[in-house]
Amino acid sequence: MNTIKHNETPGTQHNKTKTLHLGLWTLAWLASTALLRFGAEYIWDYQPAFSIAALMTHLALGVAMIMVNVKHLAYLDELQRKITMDAMGITLGVGLIAGIAYEQLEDIKLITFEPEINHLIMLMAFTYIVSILIGNRKYQ
Amino acid sequence: MKNRLKVLRAERDWTQADLAHALDVSRQTANAIEKGKFDPSLPLAFKIARLFNLTVEEIFFDEQMT
Repeated sequence: MNTIKHNETPGTQHNKTKTLHLGLWTLAWLASTALLRFGAEYIWDYQPAFSIAALMTHLALGVAMIMVNVKHLAYLDELQRKITMDAMGITLGVGLIAGIAYEQLEDIKLITFEPEINHLIMLMAFTYIVSILIGNRKYQ
Repeated sequence: MKNRLKVLRAERDWTQADLAHALDVSRQTANAIEKGKFDPSLPLAFKIARLFNLTVEEIFFDEQMT
């Protein structure tokens, strides 16, 4: 051990591969979201059979993405898992609180447009990224 | 919680990467434990103790008890 020097720890190369897998599955799920949304309008002219097939593919890819994410979490070491779980917890809280407040804005006539789920997803993505960055900085 | 990891590591001429590899954790985690920023779980604390052939109490100590 005294003479062996390690440039890459279990938390580097292995995690890079797992993170890449997660990224690829997330991309596939995002692509299926786009196909579901725009395919009906521009490709198959709202034919139900194609729409149902696209929906099933979208849901199946979503389940696969969740399972890959769970596996990814299991491979993280305890500090990395803590940082990730903290970020997920903050994101869930922000999403719930902001989502409900945002939904109420139209009901209480503070905004004139209908609240969009996309805005909430963007806020949650931003919150998650910032939380991960802060978590990593905290334990540097 | 404070610890003697830096000293123990230096005595063996190990880098943080060596320690991280021996413990099967990332270098970030080894560094955070060494600096006292992150308290390891009991299984990891015992793994560290086994690695140095010491007891957990000989490596980690409560700041309020010292």
